[in-house]
Amino acid sequence: MTTTVHALATAEHTHSSRPTPRIASIGADATVKLSVADLHKRYGEHEVLKGVSLQARKGDVISLIGASGSGKSTMLRCINFLEQPDAGVITLDNQTIEMRQGRAGARAPHPAQLQNLRTRLAMVFQHFNLWSHMTVLENICMAPRRVLGVSSQEAEARARKYLDKVGLPARAADQYPAFLSGGQQQRVAIARALAMEPEIILFDEPTSALDPELVGEVLKVIQTLAEEGRTMLMVTHEMGFARQVSSQVLFLHQGRVEEQGSAEILDQPQSERLQQFLSNRLK
Amino acid sequence: MNDFLHSHGWQALSLQGFGPLLLQGTWMTLKLALLSLALSLALGLFGASAKLSRHTLLRVPATLYTTLIRSVPDLVLILLIFYTLQLWLNDLTDLLGWDYFEIDPFTAGVITLGFIYGAYFTENFRGAILSVPAGQLEAATAYGLSTAQRFRLVLFPQLMRFALPGLGNNWLVLLKSTALVSIIGLADLVKAAQNAGKSTNNTLYFLIIAGLVYLLITTLSNRLFKHLERRYNTGIKGLAR
Amino acid sequence: MIELFEQYGQAYLYNDGAGMSGLAMTLWLFVITMVLGFFLSLPLALARVSRSLWLRWPVEFYTFVFRGTPLYIQLLICYTGLYGLEVVRDHALLDQFFRNALNCTLLAFVLNTCAYTVEIFAGAIRNIPHGEIEAAQAYGLHGWKLNLFVVLPAALRRSLPAYSNELILMLHATSLAFTATIADILKVARDANAATFLTFQAFGTAALLYMLLSFALVGLFRLAERRWMGFLVPARG
Repeated sequence: MTTTVHALATAEHTHSSRPTPRIASIGADATVKLSVADLHKRYGEHEVLKGVSLQARKGDVISLIGASGSGKSTMLRCINFLEQPDAGVITLDNQTIEMRQGRAGARAPHPAQLQNLRTRLAMVFQHFNLWSHMTVLENICMAPRRVLGVSSQEAEARARKYLDKVGLPARAADQYPAFLSGGQQQRVAIARALAMEPEIILFDEPTSALDPELVGEVLKVIQTLAEEGRTMLMVTHEMGFARQVSSQVLFLHQGRVEEQGSAEILDQPQSERLQQFLSNRLK
Repeated sequence: MNDFLHSHGWQALSLQGFGPLLLQGTWMTLKLALLSLALSLALGLFGASAKLSRHTLLRVPATLYTTLIRSVPDLVLILLIFYTLQLWLNDLTDLLGWDYFEIDPFTAGVITLGFIYGAYFTENFRGAILSVPAGQLEAATAYGLSTAQRFRLVLFPQLMRFALPGLGNNWLVLLKSTALVSIIGLADLVKAAQNAGKSTNNTLYFLIIAGLVYLLITTLSNRLFKHLERRYNTGIKGLAR
Repeated sequence: MIELFEQYGQAYLYNDGAGMSGLAMTLWLFVITMVLGFFLSLPLALARVSRSLWLRWPVEFYTFVFRGTPLYIQLLICYTGLYGLEVVRDHALLDQFFRNALNCTLLAFVLNTCAYTVEIFAGAIRNIPHGEIEAAQAYGLHGWKLNLFVVLPAALRRSLPAYSNELILMLHATSLAFTATIADILKVARDANAATFLTFQAFGTAALLYMLLSFALVGLFRLAERRWMGFLVPARG
């Protein structure tokens, strides 16, 4: 019952410069890589996501923006089920992630399907979350070897290839993360994501924990990836960067998609809330 | 050999002929301590997971276990468990119509010490697990590692960093409290020293020898734990390497 | 069960007919041990962190030996070992001291807890921010005054959590006293068990008494920490 109400509310609040994609059309559109429909998430009394949706085509770079607490990070984390959404449908390549009624009434996806989803969506975290007891090389090789079952030679070859791609010298491979700068650590984390050869990369505020002078080197790497036509979802506070690389921008406000469209909405915001948000950013 | 040593007044070296007895006692102490350690480590890991579980049915008994065990002296628990274990076993064999069987003091000692120190290790591991930053496991989850892989490849190596100082300390306490099992009749190092002392009327000498053996074991243990700490601290700035 | 309490209730708590026993004896042992151990450990802790090798090394050796061996061995040495020496028996004063089981027990307990306490306090002294001591020196405090008014109070407050842990461990360790025929809680439990064969109840009662003592002690230390360690909590607001 409540779900319906919120879904309506979402549609009402969406002042998009282009026609809002209809949820009903998801299954039919073969070019859609990932679709998220009507996602709900609450922590106790507090409803963080009140029915949010997005659609990503292959090669899309989608930026999720909004004030802190708007639910953008939660939305991203619900997509690979680091948080269990309370309601909503996630579809990857026209294959819907089945939610079963688990123990204690919690809805959870089927373990095998979840595993499959997670190997196809790699995540880059705000605080890098590199495994601190492993060297850079071990960090990058771990998931390909243990999860994808790639041979150790192949994993190492991948690691070296992607380390090079993110602009780290070969000798960085044997370092422990704690001995690298924040920018280097985040680039290792991106290499770790790339080594999974994922279909979609999720970035959760990849530059928020970095010293200002280190932000540039990480953004440059992400930009290269965008230009290669990789499908990416990115929660970010870097408005200039979002404008530059995004094919789609979603502005979240209090758990709803307040406005969405091409990167142009950052220059010509329609809704008052986005105007306000952007002008506060400029101050 | 003994004659040779005696005749040359080198009694100290053969410990007045009680060397083998003391050696047996030392071996008993070590066996007891190591087996109890293995049991209590297993109980500790299990207890810590139970205490951190979302399920009340696991959390409450585990909390009760650590609180109660740690508030009672180990000696009292040793006597309580050691003596009642046999009585309960008798009741059980009666009930099932089985033959009476006596639980040997060594097994009872291992079970008792393991059960007691399991509570201390539970607290030790619980604190260590809580110290591992959440992001470390989150990354493992996001990259599709299974529960077993998350534990083996990420959680365990990291919690060992935080657990090792406490583990070392608890191990020493456990080792020293094996001395108490001589009170329930086990032929450990202390018992051997007491027996040798009684036979020769030189108790002090043999007690000091036993003390030196404990000192040797505790010192070597400290070395070992320092080494392990260095190993598990690889990758931390300012430590190790 | 009721029979057990009728017969041994009083002995568990304070008197077994022959004198002080049970809870009262355990508490008495505990308090004397802790008070003597505490005061003995203060100068030794200062010596432990001293720059002079002649002060530091003997104390380091003492704590190494007493922390590296079981208390039970230390007790046996004090109680049966030393009295076996002719020197001790021939000396009137020593003979009198070591003839008494309670003296031997207290000696072992005090030396043991003191060794652990010295390391706790010494650790705390090393962790006092250097600026606090420099400030005191700048105001003209030095020597024993510096130690008494600045170093020790700062260290003692900081070592409350570790020291409270040591107190609980020592309370538990007093149960060893029964091996030297002291009529503490555990001795009463053993007597009660031998006489009634109510094994679980006899030792269970002892366990319960120790548990209550431990909880009371923990409660007291919570209060003390709030009272004396508040200054270590970062200021709010």
